[in-house]
Amino acid sequence: MTESVEAVEVVERAGWWRRASRTLARLRMQRMGLRMRILLTFSLGFLALSIFLAAITFSFTKSTLYKQREKASIEQAYRDATVVVNDLSSAPANGQGVMKLLASIGVARPLLNYRDSWVGSAAGFGDDVVPAAMKSKVINGNAAARMVITVDGERVLVVGIPLSEVGASYFEFFSLTEVNDTLRSVGFSLLFAGFITTLFGVVLGSVASRRAVKPLGDAAQAAKAIAGGRLDTRLETSDDHDLRLLANSFNDMASALQLRVERDARFASDVSHELRSPLMTLAASVEVMQARRDDLPERAQAALDLLVADVSRFQGLVEDLLEISRFDAGAIRLHLEDLLVAEFVRQAIAVSSLPQTPITVTERAETLVMQVDRRRLARVIANLIDNARLHGGGEPEVTVSEAENDGEPLGHVWIAVEDHGAGVPLEERHLIFERFARGAVAGRRSSSDGAGLGLALVDEHVRLHGGNVRVEDRRDGEPGARFVIELPAEEVGV
Amino acid sequence: MLAHVGTRILTVEDDERIRTAVKLALEDEGWTVDEAGSGEEAIELFHRGSPDVVLIDIMLPGIDGFELCRHLRKTSDVPIVMVTARADTHDVVAGLEAGADDYLTKPFAPKELSARIRALLRRIRPMSPGHTKLVFGDLEIIPDEGKVLRAGVELHLTKTEFRLLVELGQNPGRVFSRETLLDKVWGYDYFGDGRLVDVHIRRLRTKVEADAANPRHVVTVRGLGYRLQS
Repeated sequence: MTESVEAVEVVERAGWWRRASRTLARLRMQRMGLRMRILLTFSLGFLALSIFLAAITFSFTKSTLYKQREKASIEQAYRDATVVVNDLSSAPANGQGVMKLLASIGVARPLLNYRDSWVGSAAGFGDDVVPAAMKSKVINGNAAARMVITVDGERVLVVGIPLSEVGASYFEFFSLTEVNDTLRSVGFSLLFAGFITTLFGVVLGSVASRRAVKPLGDAAQAAKAIAGGRLDTRLETSDDHDLRLLANSFNDMASALQLRVERDARFASDVSHELRSPLMTLAASVEVMQARRDDLPERAQAALDLLVADVSRFQGLVEDLLEISRFDAGAIRLHLEDLLVAEFVRQAIAVSSLPQTPITVTERAETLVMQVDRRRLARVIANLIDNARLHGGGEPEVTVSEAENDGEPLGHVWIAVEDHGAGVPLEERHLIFERFARGAVAGRRSSSDGAGLGLALVDEHVRLHGGNVRVEDRRDGEPGARFVIELPAEEVGV
Repeated sequence: MLAHVGTRILTVEDDERIRTAVKLALEDEGWTVDEAGSGEEAIELFHRGSPDVVLIDIMLPGIDGFELCRHLRKTSDVPIVMVTARADTHDVVAGLEAGADDYLTKPFAPKELSARIRALLRRIRPMSPGHTKLVFGDLEIIPDEGKVLRAGVELHLTKTEFRLLVELGQNPGRVFSRETLLDKVWGYDYFGDGRLVDVHIRRLRTKVEADAANPRHVVTVRGLGYRLQS
């Protein structure tokens, strides 16, 4: 039957579309994010589903409607044929009378073959539109037949019934336009429903994708927090089995990491604490000996000098280690005060190992105030001066100036320490603030004096104050390094 | 240093080697040093020897440094220097509140300790002739006699508290910054610990003020420092 062939075609077309879209999706998915993939899968799935359902519904509706219409038409045709037979057998006329009779009972498109001539009442629905095969089947084959034909663009059902008792054949045309109209509106409804369903799929897909990706986002955020030093960050364990697995192993990893980091930090701290008592004894004893240096033989004096120097170096190192381990334990509490930058730097230089270091302050920098922990920041200045003394050939110069390219109002101050050493090669500039970084150029930069925690502490302290430290070439083009610390500062109204 | 000959110092420290080394270094300054290995021993020696300065390590077996400090403060205004593990912990404030006058962190150089002790032993400079009394309302300070009276009743101040009060009182109405007070009272430079001043001011208020929570005499000038008024 033609209808079902059409319905199969619709299904066939839907299948093709689905395959095509799947191929397309597969191609793209490799480059798409998880969220987009979930969204696309949902959307395309719902689209395919709605096309499939619409096609099934449409073809079923179509065949049902046609069958009903056909059945009703055939029944009608038989009823009309009975009228024709009764009329012809009671008054065998030329058929015109029958037509009138049929018209009076509302038959619109009858066609009668009677005594080898055709009589019809509707224009355009004569014997010429009835296919020859059907005519011969009904008239010659004496069998009832039905067929769908198109007349002037209108789909029409022709039913042919042989009336052998009166020697005639009765044909009747039934319009299928009404059925087609119904089908069209059903089709529109299905299209609309399909659109809504697909839209629903898109919404569902976006919700589902967001939900599916959320645990990943949480995990990423937690990992970031841990990397940032908040080691106690954990993922919430959910009821979902798959996610629980992820959350549990993530949390196990974080716990193991925290344990290790804390153990390492505690170890460093414990070691330094343990070292302090013997160091205390050493420092006091060495001082007692030093007071009697002149009483000692020359060789003992030389040995004592070494002892004194290294005890103080040892002391500095232990203090630095303790400070660093406090950083690692996150146990640093700053005592912030508002200080005039220039005044502070002058004081810090005065208590450093090179109190005569010249300092230049720009006019604007004289009125800058920063909020800092004065004793910690004094260590920063002292360490930079020590660094210049030990590795920069001594005689550093200090400059305090407003930060360049800082915009208005001024938000930062630069405190720069320039030395006359060999400078720091470009490739070592990011390494020099690492702990115990002596630089690959050990021969050049380091002496036995420079177990480098000093610059690492500078970096940690400055960052704790919301600033940063960097090393660059001297501004005047001569050999030497320039260490610049940048700190938040404000201009005070004068 | 002649002024301090005959000065007795009591060191309380449980590590024998540290104790011995510190004793040797302090004796080089010409001071007499008594040693105690525990808080209990320290209390006994304190009452027998009446030292001029006491050096207390906070970490002690038995009675800890804070408790020892509080115990000594009940009966004495002797200057106390505390030895703490770290400068940035609560230990410092707790020690100062327990009555210590100054603190050092371990390991310290004995020279630093001597400097601290000398600062604590410094005498208050005598008043100019004709001025024997500073009066602030109901508060009377007699520097030369080391006396403070409130409404005619004598108050018991430690030496450091007294020096702080006199310093504030010698320039009535002037605002003293923490830095100035650290320099004048403790002999510290720009990098002294401001908490020394804050805790001592707090302690001073509990003694000289009728209501320490609403001070009338020792007032805070926001962002600048402290001032003494009537």
